[in-house]
Amino acid sequence: MRTLEQTTQEVLDLAAKHFQLPVGTLAPGDDFFKKLGIDSLQTLEMLSRLENHFGIELPDYEVQGVSDFKTLAERIQSRL
Amino acid sequence: MLDLSKYQSIGAALKDALDHFADEVCLIEADREREKERLTYRDFKERAHPLAKALQDGGFFAGDRASIIMTNQSKWLISAYAIFLAGGVLVPLDYKLTAEEQWQLLKHSNASLLVTEYPIWRQLSASAGRAVATNVRSVLVTEAPTNTDLSGAQRWEEFRGAAEPVFVPRKRCDTACIVYSSGTGGRPKGCMMTHENYLEQCVALTSIYPFWPGVRYLSILPTNHAIDFMVGFFGPFTCGATVVHLRTLRPEYVREAFPKYKITYVSLVPLVLKNLQKGLQARFDALPAGKRKVFNALVRINKALTKGRPRPGISRRLLKQVHEAFGGELRTIIVGGAFTEPQTLQFFYDLGIPVANGYGLTEAGTAITVNDLKPFRADTVGKPLPGMEVRIVNPAADGVGEVSVRSKTVMAGYLDEPELTAEAIVDGWLMTGDLGRFDDAGHLQLAGRKKNMIVTEEGKNIYPEDIEAVFESLPVKEFCVFAANYIWPKRSMTGEKLVLVLHLEAGHQYGEELRREINARNNRLLNYKRIHGVVLLDEDFPRTASLKIKRNVLAERLAKLDSGAAILPL
Repeated sequence: MRTLEQTTQEVLDLAAKHFQLPVGTLAPGDDFFKKLGIDSLQTLEMLSRLENHFGIELPDYEVQGVSDFKTLAERIQSRL
Repeated sequence: MLDLSKYQSIGAALKDALDHFADEVCLIEADREREKERLTYRDFKERAHPLAKALQDGGFFAGDRASIIMTNQSKWLISAYAIFLAGGVLVPLDYKLTAEEQWQLLKHSNASLLVTEYPIWRQLSASAGRAVATNVRSVLVTEAPTNTDLSGAQRWEEFRGAAEPVFVPRKRCDTACIVYSSGTGGRPKGCMMTHENYLEQCVALTSIYPFWPGVRYLSILPTNHAIDFMVGFFGPFTCGATVVHLRTLRPEYVREAFPKYKITYVSLVPLVLKNLQKGLQARFDALPAGKRKVFNALVRINKALTKGRPRPGISRRLLKQVHEAFGGELRTIIVGGAFTEPQTLQFFYDLGIPVANGYGLTEAGTAITVNDLKPFRADTVGKPLPGMEVRIVNPAADGVGEVSVRSKTVMAGYLDEPELTAEAIVDGWLMTGDLGRFDDAGHLQLAGRKKNMIVTEEGKNIYPEDIEAVFESLPVKEFCVFAANYIWPKRSMTGEKLVLVLHLEAGHQYGEELRREINARNNRLLNYKRIHGVVLLDEDFPRTASLKIKRNVLAERLAKLDSGAAILPL
């Protein structure tokens, strides 16, 4: 079982990879809309990638209103 | 299609539709690759009637208000029909609002009943906002896990009456829905839409974009939105068509739904349409040079052959692969909620996929104008729908003035806001606050806004007053949020931004600390509500006797500044 810290790190690494940024450029508290300059649709695409990685289903409502990696990682952690 | 001129209410029309089209499929619901539900009109009735009966047994009477806060799904429509059958007034609320905002609107609407889904109820019940909406006496929650404390709510699935409900007739002039067009942070604007508004709008829209049994409409826009309520519920239901709901709106599942369910119509906001365009363009660009040349030639041929009108048969043969990706039966993409750029519309039309571009607002009962594709025009928002009188008020020399509308589809007014209603509806004409002109062919061209608000590409209406609360107690003398276009008008409906105008305390500078504080506050807002820059003004804001900011006077003062230099980035 992953710890929340591990999950958070994996989320950050995957997001960086998905948006072709150097690993280590994203921080848990970053607002991904702002930091990555992405819209809600691109966020959904990122979620699909995270779902595949963690082997979970993350319903759309779970990420409603979430805009930072830390909260996103917590939502993922609760479903692992 | 039912002859809607015979009906007095939404409930009466739907009631007949359920019997008339009993064996047709009315709803398909899918979650990812799994089909969760497929209901005929008969099944729909069998689900809705026990709910309506239980509502009546529980003391829900004609004119009582009931709110639905749910993502798009069959239970949304079943609940709405049960409310109409029982003579209720529906208050559809946006499930994307925060719990506090939802409670605030629930209080304002005076809804006695709330129908919601478990994940939303989890947040609503934990919110402090609940204490203010004591008017909400009953809550029905769908798909709640077993052995879960529902904090006073009842399970939707178990809320069933044993006998047949009594149909409660309503008159055309009665309020059918209260639809909020804005006001989560300021004065809520609850548009009181009558049964007549919906019946007339449905007749007008389906005269141009018809539904019939076998048509499949993919419902993606939230059903609380006026567009989806009409073309994803009332319109298709009164014609015996099928509505397809997806519980997961990830782009890959939306893409799969087109061929899987042979979609005929879909409504999208401009943001999603542009995303589709981007994806398709990337695929075309990735074709090997030879294939790309052939493809481009086929697009040119299609363009020439469809110049006067759409010819779906020809387009589907010429550009087979593109159309097959959309299921091969897509007739039209309906786009709404915000302005769409002409090049995006042209891109799809050239592929043989017409986009029904139009213009409307909730207050006018969804659509005012729509492109009838005779011929297709990417540079306008089409002609007025049948039954719509549209005129341009105080036109300038170039014909541009405020668009105003008179029609049986225009709302009765704003709930509990006679002053706002009087400002919006003058001598029976709805003043839209949007600027436009008619061209020689009778098409409406939009040319910016007169009102202080923005509409995002996701179709969200944002009023500056609604987001100002987040900046309260900033260490400045005074502040005000504006739509940049309101201060510096431009003849465009795209790229609209909000700016925060600051009047600093004497001797203070706009430094790093204040910038960080503004950023932190801004980040508390949902991403599409955020401001994009700061404007400094070193003078007192003009105010009324009751100390309210005179926004129009302030905007005139700000307009003297050069917008390029005045807007400081965050």
